[in-house]
Amino acid sequence: MFNYTFRWNQALNALPQMLDGALVTLQIALLSMVIGVAVAVALTLFRLSGNRVLRAIAATWVELARNTPALFQIYMAHFGLGAFGIHLSPYASLLAGIAFNNAGYLAENFRGALKAIPDTQTRAARSLGMPAGQAFRLIVMPQMFRVAFLPATNQMVWAILMTSLGVTVGMNTDLAGITQELNARSFRTFEFFAIAAVIYYVIAKAVTLAAQAFAWRMFRY
Amino acid sequence: MIEIQNVRKSFGTLEVLKGIDLFVQKGEVLTVIGGSGSGKSTLLTCINGLEPIDSGRILLDGTEVHAKGTDLNRLRRKVGIVFQQWNAFPHLTVLENVMLAPRKVLKQPKAEAEAMAVKQLTHVGLGDKLRVYPSRLSGGQQQRMAIARALAMSPEYMLFDEVTSALDPQLVGEVLDTLRMLAREGMTMICVTHEMKFAREVSDRVAFFHKGVMAEIGPPDTFFGAPRTAELQQFLSATH
Repeated sequence: MFNYTFRWNQALNALPQMLDGALVTLQIALLSMVIGVAVAVALTLFRLSGNRVLRAIAATWVELARNTPALFQIYMAHFGLGAFGIHLSPYASLLAGIAFNNAGYLAENFRGALKAIPDTQTRAARSLGMPAGQAFRLIVMPQMFRVAFLPATNQMVWAILMTSLGVTVGMNTDLAGITQELNARSFRTFEFFAIAAVIYYVIAKAVTLAAQAFAWRMFRY
Repeated sequence: MIEIQNVRKSFGTLEVLKGIDLFVQKGEVLTVIGGSGSGKSTLLTCINGLEPIDSGRILLDGTEVHAKGTDLNRLRRKVGIVFQQWNAFPHLTVLENVMLAPRKVLKQPKAEAEAMAVKQLTHVGLGDKLRVYPSRLSGGQQQRMAIARALAMSPEYMLFDEVTSALDPQLVGEVLDTLRMLAREGMTMICVTHEMKFAREVSDRVAFFHKGVMAEIGPPDTFFGAPRTAELQQFLSATH
């Protein structure tokens, strides 16, 4: 028979601490997205370029990011680089691992979005005297972001959830890390993790709704 | 002046231009007619360097378009082109569509570019649609916007590639009126078209393309009134 008695007091008392952790979680997720989008744009350009080396770099990145576990990617940033004498803090390696993952998925997302934009858009821009780079930046890229935006919010949610993998590299200031420490001290496992799960859920939902509102505001056409 | 000298162009094994010789004087309106696949649209995209050519030369005011050192971006400022599919930039308003290239390519100050854009849009009858996105416009309105967008660069030449072919019949008239207006104003134009009445009315000369060759060229009266080649006679009787 199960004889576990729920005691929510301790967990509820720790709520402010956990919310502080949630802020760190959100911060890492946001930063990883900013870095991810920037790198993904670069990877997208690499893939379009005539340079075989650049194309190979982009292809390898996308393949690795999408076909290996996120946990492995974070481990590589922490312990893998550590083997070469590059020691990243848990925060930095978690951020690097997630950003690596984001960039790979987003680059693939951008590639799909580019296919949705007719070549004639570039042609029209070029015929007005725009150099190729300018035509891409002013005409193609804004349309690409529109098509890619809502799928990219999935990646943002995924990034939030991936931050919980930070506990494996000693991250103890984010929501998962703090919850883990509180649990270790109190053994109120179910209560702490249930509350953490609710917080993750609320953040993820809030981000999705905010993204939809942003898209509605931005992409009026 | 546009000089086209013995231009050849193939897509794969298909030769679409088989040695075209043609010149267009400043202020002249040339219309080009012919069946599909006759090479007439390809020729337009070769004139502003959007398509490379295999041999021959195209000179624009003496500058060889396809020569190695030619700055095509600079050259294209002189030559506006409007396509069958109008290619409005969907993420920009009508006004922004027209202002963009003058701002970013010609580096005009915002006020100047805006004044020019408003002028050109009013000119083509879209003065009340400045803040609207292209998706809210009809095909004919979008096509007129594309014309205004090209004109805002103050080009010396305008190329029109079947600009009414993708439009509903009732919208063709408004676009042709815009072209007539430009012709009256003295714009140098090459119009590839299927609109025979329009061709007869506005052209200084009409050219007939057939299977990659310019089969016949002449002033509209003799061109339509007394066609010399069998191909043109057949084409005209089929389209009347």
